[in-house]
Amino acid sequence: MKNTVILGALTVAGLAAGAASAATLDDVKARGNLNCGVSTGLTGFSAPDANGVWQGFDVAVCRAVAAAVLGDPMAVEFVSTTGQTRFTALASGEIDMLARNTTWTFSRDNDLKFEFVGVNYYDGQGFMIPKELGVSSAKELDGATVCIQTGTTTELNLADFFRVNNINYEPVPIETNAEAQQQYLAGACDVYTTDASGLAATRASFETPGDHVILPEIISKEPLGPLVRHGDNEWGDIARWTLNALIAAEEYGVTSANIEELSSAPTDNPEINRLLGTEGELGAMIGLEADWAKKAIMANGNYGEIFEKTIGENTPIGLSRGLNAQWTEGGLMYSPPFR
Amino acid sequence: MTTMTDPPGQGFRLSQLIYDTRYRSLTIQVVAMIVLMLLFSWLVSNTIHNLQTLGKDFDFGFLTQPSGYDINQRLIEYDSQSTHGRAAIVGILNTLLVAVLGCALATVLGVIAGVLRLSNNWLVSRLMAVYVEGFRNVPLLLWIVLIFALMTESTPAPRAFRGDTPDASMLFDAVAITNRGVYVPAIHFASPFFTNGALNWLVVLVVLGASIFAIQRLRHWATAKQEATGDRPTTWYLILGILILPTGLLMLLMGAFLDMPSLQGFNFGGGIHLRNSLIALWLALSLYTGAFIAEIVRGGILAVNKGQTEAAYALGIRPSTTMNLVILPQALRVIIPPLISQFLNLTKNSSLAIAVGYMDVRSTLGGITINQTGRELEGMLLLGLFYLVLSLLISGVMNVYNASVKLKER
Repeated sequence: MKNTVILGALTVAGLAAGAASAATLDDVKARGNLNCGVSTGLTGFSAPDANGVWQGFDVAVCRAVAAAVLGDPMAVEFVSTTGQTRFTALASGEIDMLARNTTWTFSRDNDLKFEFVGVNYYDGQGFMIPKELGVSSAKELDGATVCIQTGTTTELNLADFFRVNNINYEPVPIETNAEAQQQYLAGACDVYTTDASGLAATRASFETPGDHVILPEIISKEPLGPLVRHGDNEWGDIARWTLNALIAAEEYGVTSANIEELSSAPTDNPEINRLLGTEGELGAMIGLEADWAKKAIMANGNYGEIFEKTIGENTPIGLSRGLNAQWTEGGLMYSPPFR
Repeated sequence: MTTMTDPPGQGFRLSQLIYDTRYRSLTIQVVAMIVLMLLFSWLVSNTIHNLQTLGKDFDFGFLTQPSGYDINQRLIEYDSQSTHGRAAIVGILNTLLVAVLGCALATVLGVIAGVLRLSNNWLVSRLMAVYVEGFRNVPLLLWIVLIFALMTESTPAPRAFRGDTPDASMLFDAVAITNRGVYVPAIHFASPFFTNGALNWLVVLVVLGASIFAIQRLRHWATAKQEATGDRPTTWYLILGILILPTGLLMLLMGAFLDMPSLQGFNFGGGIHLRNSLIALWLALSLYTGAFIAEIVRGGILAVNKGQTEAAYALGIRPSTTMNLVILPQALRVIIPPLISQFLNLTKNSSLAIAVGYMDVRSTLGGITINQTGRELEGMLLLGLFYLVLSLLISGVMNVYNASVKLKER
């Protein structure tokens, strides 16, 4: 009989432990680091450098959030996820946020129960093909073998594009970008399709990037952004406004070079003052310290600086700002006001 | 005995549940049952609770929604407008295909390697030992990836076949080995009996089955005659005729012709396309499981008493006949039970297909569908149920076979 009592008590304890789950912000603070889901390696967006330190455009978002919450941009545990494992990892709580060039769609927002906190890159799906095949339009791809990452929106767009244009293709399902690159270079598929930025990043890592062309057709809208689990609005707000802070900082001319000077004393621009915490109490409203945005910006610089450093025109990837320029310069990057 | 007395007429005490051997085992079982049920109910309530927290429900309705993705290898009609349920069936058929092909090849390889490993020829037996130890002791995933990489990296791309002086050429103008798979000629019917292609093949199979049955009757007749008269009538030309003529005639009637693969656009068209993913998975599964089966076969043969071989030799029976008619039938009794578990292993290991992008049920239902619909729990439960049912079916069928070869005790 004694045994039953002990086991019963154990069961009750187990139940209690299962039921107790704190808010993500408290979890992250208690743990002392942020678990951030990234890709398995896409140059420029998220890939470890020669020293094993993760670098890239998506990685910078994780570091900014870690800096805002914990004060240390390096306090991030990066978890590589494939197209198929990323949502399960986020839903199960293995990661606190996902920054893995993930497209914001209706069903992911509502059916998969995630919350996209914004868009950090406006992209579209393109096709890459060896120059020697002499193809100039995606509509000439009838019968082609197409490498495609499974579990992505690109997989669905591809099916739609070929069906609507009434042409055939042979899909070759691939798990990771590295695998796709190997298959494509071996000639096991004629075409590689993914987001145009991903194609540019992949091509940049080829030995002879000039032998491959990216076809002019962009067949879809792919707004890529970081996301968190549905239901924890405080945590979602932190991620959303950290991203907004990076974008706003570029708009107001706050850079990693002048941020110390601008934050030491209130400036004559009240928006900058509120952003950097020298005026108002925005930090307290979001449950963080007053200088949270300053720390986030200091992690990697503002949005424009991150872009130039990781995927901009002076990097091997060489993407121009295009749609991702500030709204003041004809792009779509627009942060709501810090007020 | 006279000293025996009736036990004292005490009533039932609670401590008897633990200290009395009559009740102890019952007590332990009841406690274990309660604990098990508590654990189970906790698991269920925890799942329900967590689903509620996530705002998700438990619903299989997604199976009737359009899937939206394409599958390269499909044995039934399917396109991106078909449902997730149909995508799951396409995946199930692909799993079954590679499992059946794999079990067949693994058995053949295993029996040959197992017998040859016992060969008196030093070179042959050592070669088989190398095969068995090499494949058995390296993880299956590595073999799958290795074979796939070999096939994609070392074979020419379809475009190498193009031009007046191509870098690559087809075998006998019929088989094209490319880095996207092997294209072999397909048999098509010009004037089929049915519009549904599968029905035509069913008719052919039925006729072929009837021929094989007739051949067995013929053999019986020949054996009976041999036993009666001591003379075995020559039957090989009859067997050949029965095997080929009816099926051949039927195929001619339906206007069978060979559809040769040929270069069309980016790829080869026509013929049957055996994708690299299928071949790599099939070969790796067969070679790997074959190594285990070889050991089982070797063990089964060694389990047959040496006296059986010696008795057969003493009767003047040749070594090969001894193996086929004396040793193997007895060895089968030892071989079949562990063989069942190897078949189950192979079938379940086929879920490693995702490593080479083979679209089995794990990749369709358990991969893309789950990913696009967010129904992890439902998808995984269905997947588990499928593998469970398949495994039980395989072991059921094999147990029936085992019952037919096991020692009949009369």
